[in-house]
Amino acid sequence: MQKTTIALALLLIASSANSETIEERAATCFACHGEQGQSETENTPSLGGQQAPYALIQLFMFREKLRTFEPMNEVAKPMTDDDLRNFSDFIAKLPKPKPTADAPDPARMQRAQELTMKYHCNSCHHQDFSGGDNVPRIANQREDYLAKTLSEYKDNSRHGYDGTMADVMGPVTPEQIKDLAYFLARVH
Amino acid sequence: MVGHSLPRSIWLAGAFLGISTLVASAQQAAQPLPPGSALIGRPDSEAAQKLAPVAPPPLPAAPDKLPIAKLKVPAGFNIEVYAAGMANARSLAVGDKGTVFVGSRLVDKVYAIVNKDGKREVKVLASGLYRPNGVAFHNGTLYIAELSKISKIDNVESVLDNPPKPTVIYDDLPKDEAHGWKFIAVGPDNKLYVPVGQPGNNVLHDDAHGQIRRMNLDGTGAEVVALGVRNSVGFDWNPENKQMYFTDNGRDWMSEDVPQDELNRITKVGEDFGAPYCYQGDIPDPEFGWGHSCSEFTPPVGLMGPHAAALGFRFYTGGMFPKAYKNAIILARHGSWNRSKKFGGDVVVVKLDKEGKVKSIEPLITGFLDNNSYVGRPVDVLQLKDGSILVSDDWNGAVYRVSYGKSKVAAKQ
Repeated sequence: MQKTTIALALLLIASSANSETIEERAATCFACHGEQGQSETENTPSLGGQQAPYALIQLFMFREKLRTFEPMNEVAKPMTDDDLRNFSDFIAKLPKPKPTADAPDPARMQRAQELTMKYHCNSCHHQDFSGGDNVPRIANQREDYLAKTLSEYKDNSRHGYDGTMADVMGPVTPEQIKDLAYFLARVH
Repeated sequence: MVGHSLPRSIWLAGAFLGISTLVASAQQAAQPLPPGSALIGRPDSEAAQKLAPVAPPPLPAAPDKLPIAKLKVPAGFNIEVYAAGMANARSLAVGDKGTVFVGSRLVDKVYAIVNKDGKREVKVLASGLYRPNGVAFHNGTLYIAELSKISKIDNVESVLDNPPKPTVIYDDLPKDEAHGWKFIAVGPDNKLYVPVGQPGNNVLHDDAHGQIRRMNLDGTGAEVVALGVRNSVGFDWNPENKQMYFTDNGRDWMSEDVPQDELNRITKVGEDFGAPYCYQGDIPDPEFGWGHSCSEFTPPVGLMGPHAAALGFRFYTGGMFPKAYKNAIILARHGSWNRSKKFGGDVVVVKLDKEGKVKSIEPLITGFLDNNSYVGRPVDVLQLKDGSILVSDDWNGAVYRVSYGKSKVAAKQ
């Protein structure tokens, strides 16, 4: 699965190298992150409506291998600083992802919403979880990706740009991570 | 194929009306934040909720995008770009041969600004490091402080073209992210000084935190020289009496205007400077101050402003600046995040009285703060042999040079 992803990404990089518009180059992104950045790929985030400064930080970290995920490290490797800026701005203008289309369990939603208050998620990510500047939009992100990311911050296998999330995740339990991801994927 | 090309499920608009009202009515009071969170103690007011730590852009500004035209210095002084393109440029150190070493906090690199044949060039000296904020140079050796270890490169200025991996000399350090990055320096006693911050905004902690240690240059013989230190990111020694001065950043969320950051002085080993029981020498902490008195602790020699983030400084001993600057402290205030109207974001001249206490604070470089937003943020100050000073800016990934007198620009890049 990962090999296929890398191969595909490399193929698309090669084929897009001479493309002119960012829309054309973004075909590489959409292959995994979904049409218009609405991901339908397991453990792969939606990009639409992401805060541009946050997206820029992540692309930079992928390029510099400060954040490791081989397909993204490869995609970002040849990017210039301007590429990083252009793609971040482009991503921010894509449509926001929509809440998971199923009937949420009200009790679980309430339990998780209480957790977002307990752990002050809404302080930096804002009340609607749309984020701001270097703080990402997490509203309606894919549930599997949210759970994976929160776990990685907790066990320090994903290093944030700064240490905020490592500190925040310290006391959050694995069960609570599941509830938070469930809630954020569905929040209105 | 990787992506499933199934059409997205149709979004059932309006099917779940009621969820948001339901969750909004959950009125459970927020519980204590985890230790280390910058948001501990944040009041539930709308204005306070707008404040969060400000992260710098990850890319260094292109030389033509640096805010140099906005930076103001007093009459007679000049400011120029010394070097650029060093993402997140933080602490500064200078070698015997004039190489300037630059640490970083949010990236993995230590840079070297090399002067060769009248040209200046930036090299990456070390990479793959974890929050390598601190650099110190002594007798040919560069010391590097990462989040939880200290390493060194011997004869560094002879190996700039092909530097070896730094050798670890000390790693008996906590791994907390909060206030875990380090400023380091070698004192007049030839010992390496290493701070260990408190692991959070306002927290009680174990014996391994909230202090400044010193150790031999091979990492042996570590001892604690100061306690009650929340987060010091700068220190230097008074050239007149060799006393160590250090900045300490005050806690957040107490109020917009207090506590102020501290400038402290160590007069004897093991002094306690109060955090988290007492701040700025005269404010008992509303939570931990009970049962304590500020009189138990060593008060600061001066206050550096509310949430100002007083970081790196050096006593000025050069011959270039006017006489009034002799032995004054030149200090970088990174600037506040925990304040509605930002404060700091400048480099100031701090003059001391005969007792070594702060007599005055005057601006040296202003203009980093523009319309309540940062266009740059100063981190550290370094004096060069010619008496000019360098200032690092982690927002733009640049180092500026301030000189005095007829504009004599340093050798062009």
